[in-house]
Amino acid sequence: MIKFIAKRLGSGLVVLFVVSVLTFTLLYTSSGSIAQNILGDQATPEQVALKEEELGLDQPLFVRYFAWLGDALTGNLGASWFTSEPVANALATRIPVTMTMVFTAMILIAICAALIGVVAAVKRGWVDRVVQIGAIIGDSIPGYVIGVFLVTILAIQLGFFPATSTISPGVGPEAWVYSMTLPVIALLINGVTGGAQQIRSAVIKQLERDYVRTLRSRGIGEREILFKHVLRSAAPAGLTVLSLQLIGMLGGVVIIEQIFALPGMGPLAVTATTQTDLPVVMGVVMYTVVVVIVVNLLVDILNGWLNPKVRVS
Amino acid sequence: MSDSVETAAIAAPVPAGQSGTVVRSTVMRRLLKNPMGIASLAILLTIAALAILAPVIAPFEENFANISKTLAAPDSVNIMGTDSAGRDTWSRLLFGAQLTLLSALLCAGVAIAIGLPAGLIAGYYAGKFEAVSNWVVSILMSLPGLIVLLTIRAAFGPSVWISMIAFGILISPSYFRLTRTAVQSVRNELYVDAARVSGLSDLSIIARHIFSVVRAPIIIQTAAIAGVAIAIQSGLEFLGLGDPTKATWGVMLSEGFKNVYLTPMLLLWPALAMALTIGGLVLLGNAIRDALEDGEKIKHRKKVVSAESTTADAAKARPSRKSVAAVETGTEHHLVKVTNLGVGYPQADGSIKKVVDDVSFHVDRGEILGIVGESGSGKSQTAFSILGLLPDNARIVGGSIQFDGNYTVAPGEDRVSQERLSKLRGKRISYIPQEPMSNLDPAFTIGYQLVTPMVRVLGISKAEARQRALKLLTDVGITNPERTFNAYPHEVSGGMAQRVLIAGAISCEPDLVIADEPTTALDVTVQADVLDLLRELQQRLNIGVILVTHNFGVVADLCDRVVVMQNGRLVEEGTVREILRNPKEPYTQTLLGSMLEGKTPMTMLVSKPGSAAEKEPVA
Repeated sequence: MIKFIAKRLGSGLVVLFVVSVLTFTLLYTSSGSIAQNILGDQATPEQVALKEEELGLDQPLFVRYFAWLGDALTGNLGASWFTSEPVANALATRIPVTMTMVFTAMILIAICAALIGVVAAVKRGWVDRVVQIGAIIGDSIPGYVIGVFLVTILAIQLGFFPATSTISPGVGPEAWVYSMTLPVIALLINGVTGGAQQIRSAVIKQLERDYVRTLRSRGIGEREILFKHVLRSAAPAGLTVLSLQLIGMLGGVVIIEQIFALPGMGPLAVTATTQTDLPVVMGVVMYTVVVVIVVNLLVDILNGWLNPKVRVS
Repeated sequence: MSDSVETAAIAAPVPAGQSGTVVRSTVMRRLLKNPMGIASLAILLTIAALAILAPVIAPFEENFANISKTLAAPDSVNIMGTDSAGRDTWSRLLFGAQLTLLSALLCAGVAIAIGLPAGLIAGYYAGKFEAVSNWVVSILMSLPGLIVLLTIRAAFGPSVWISMIAFGILISPSYFRLTRTAVQSVRNELYVDAARVSGLSDLSIIARHIFSVVRAPIIIQTAAIAGVAIAIQSGLEFLGLGDPTKATWGVMLSEGFKNVYLTPMLLLWPALAMALTIGGLVLLGNAIRDALEDGEKIKHRKKVVSAESTTADAAKARPSRKSVAAVETGTEHHLVKVTNLGVGYPQADGSIKKVVDDVSFHVDRGEILGIVGESGSGKSQTAFSILGLLPDNARIVGGSIQFDGNYTVAPGEDRVSQERLSKLRGKRISYIPQEPMSNLDPAFTIGYQLVTPMVRVLGISKAEARQRALKLLTDVGITNPERTFNAYPHEVSGGMAQRVLIAGAISCEPDLVIADEPTTALDVTVQADVLDLLRELQQRLNIGVILVTHNFGVVADLCDRVVVMQNGRLVEEGTVREILRNPKEPYTQTLLGSMLEGKTPMTMLVSKPGSAAEKEPVA
């Protein structure tokens, strides 16, 4: 098992390295005259050249990359070109907001989708039809559109919730709950409808497996078959569904935060993107990829624990 | 849109030998019969038409601003009102549709152009290319789409087309995986082998035989991906990261959101347009899938119904009176007594497809009864109704089943009583399945799967059950029971797994064992061993056995009596000797002929040279 984890961890690190190389190359070779961009149109060529030297842009790409990598390994992701704030600091103040939201939504999705999906698979009938229709509706309306309407109706028209965040450093948990309720709902609706449907299919697939019939023929009760055997075998598929949901949510949360004016990673990323603030963009990409890799590693480990065959091979 | 639908229709899952036009028309017709299909097509075609005609029908240019008329309510000039710059909402919606649909097509096109060929090659040739592409796929799939698009935006500036190309690349794994899986599943099919042998080049095999398999799933996938592309493209525009000179639904949504306190109606139109378009695509994908699945079902049904439609009428005419009569005659005591059993499956059109009809037989303790027939003859369905393990949608449409004098299916009941059978299953009736590997739960050790039923059914302790399990494993001829006990199913061979399943079947000392083709999935050498084992156990424990098989060799080897089934009905019954020596029904004769012709008899027959061995197998 330790060998298995080490292998997965190793491949995760390779992915992280490859993504960092690709992103760095893409950002620093394509975005035109960065110094000009920062200084504005009035800047003289001399000023631009000076700025380029200051930012190290006059050096070859791979030199810059390894400089960045060396710094990054010590936790230094560079500083914003516009605010001079260290990227690591900027991320550190914003990540708690984003990740609280993402993981709250994720936990709720996991619980709701699994419950609804399993019930739909086992009971079929009307529950199943509701799940199917729900999946179609959920697939048809992007989460941020749901978010926009939640704000418009529940916050602006009815005044149940604040339309924009009341989160600031040092506020109590009440403000968090108050501010986060709508964004979390907007984040999780698609996840619940889609997840429930996929978990339903995974469970049905397992229920139709030969070994389930054989277990029945041996006198094992339905409850034990469902909870011990079927759900265990369906779990890897369910975990994969959830991990893909999480990856999608790391992007979706950017828009949701913008809608609810939450001081998370989203506004930081959007501003950095429009300003071509490359160190910040790079930092955001790296952070999300690390989150994804860690989550995938956890999913792999859980799958390995659930399925002995994965562990061996 | 109409283009892709047509292609979808051709791609019914009949890869070779079917005339394309016939299949297309039937799938197309089914799609059009389905209200969901019609509605989605109508919505999408309307939106597409409006988008194409936007320059003609839009009353204003997309960026024409009447600054004296901002945030106006709908009137005769601006039928949906105007935004904060005085631009006409309806016109912008139309031009937005154009851009949205084009960007969705671009994204799907790029994704197909990358994912499809890569998937075909990886699936067909496997090897290094597959390994590398799998690795690339795992990277692409661990990147959150929107974050990547932010990076692309930072690198290349605000261009809808560049971001949609990038998103196409990012989402291409979904086509890749779909294609690879589909190709892998047909790569070694006979017709592909045949094409290879007949000298077709790989390229034309891929083009002709394999590509046709993946067309349908690709169309369905494209509908889904176009929807995702629209959502993410509009999301980027909503964030203000798009091209400011273009009217898009995302920009309009954001414009509406900025003015939500003044004119919330501005939000409604772009949101509605998005929901309709994406919803239309989702529904279309579902409708095509349904049309294709229905096609398979109908084809399958036709095969069976043609044989059974004649008997179905007779069955309908037969009232329950007869099954009552059958009970009255059933005075003699058998271990299992099946009387006039009928099993059917309700169909979509309300009729019932019969798979077992008017079947009667009995089994006594210490006796092996063979149920013989080809696939689809209803022999397994009969066996499963005795076990009470029919699929959920199956119905008992006539007759009764008694086990040891008690009804498990009483006359007039349309389901097997799970309540009664759950007391018998495992304890007194047990089951040996056909395919050893798939009948063991891969997540649990063999020991666990042997011990648990004994603990549950016999109520003995785990330690005791473990002792018994080890003894059973020895009994079924496993030389190192301790090791097998601790092994996971994938760590043992097929023959070994079948021995484990036999051990499981006899573990709670049943009175009746139902074996469904217990040797079919095994090597010939192992088959003989397993049959020997079955006979030895049956004699030692004095149990009744129902052996379901298509193989008269197995029957000759093992059975005392045999019933022959064809198309759900029982055609002949007798002792093995009678049936093998002197089959009366032509069906049995053909079955026997086809079994023995050109094969060495499985019995110890010392035949004189030239004697017709195939006519005289000794049971």
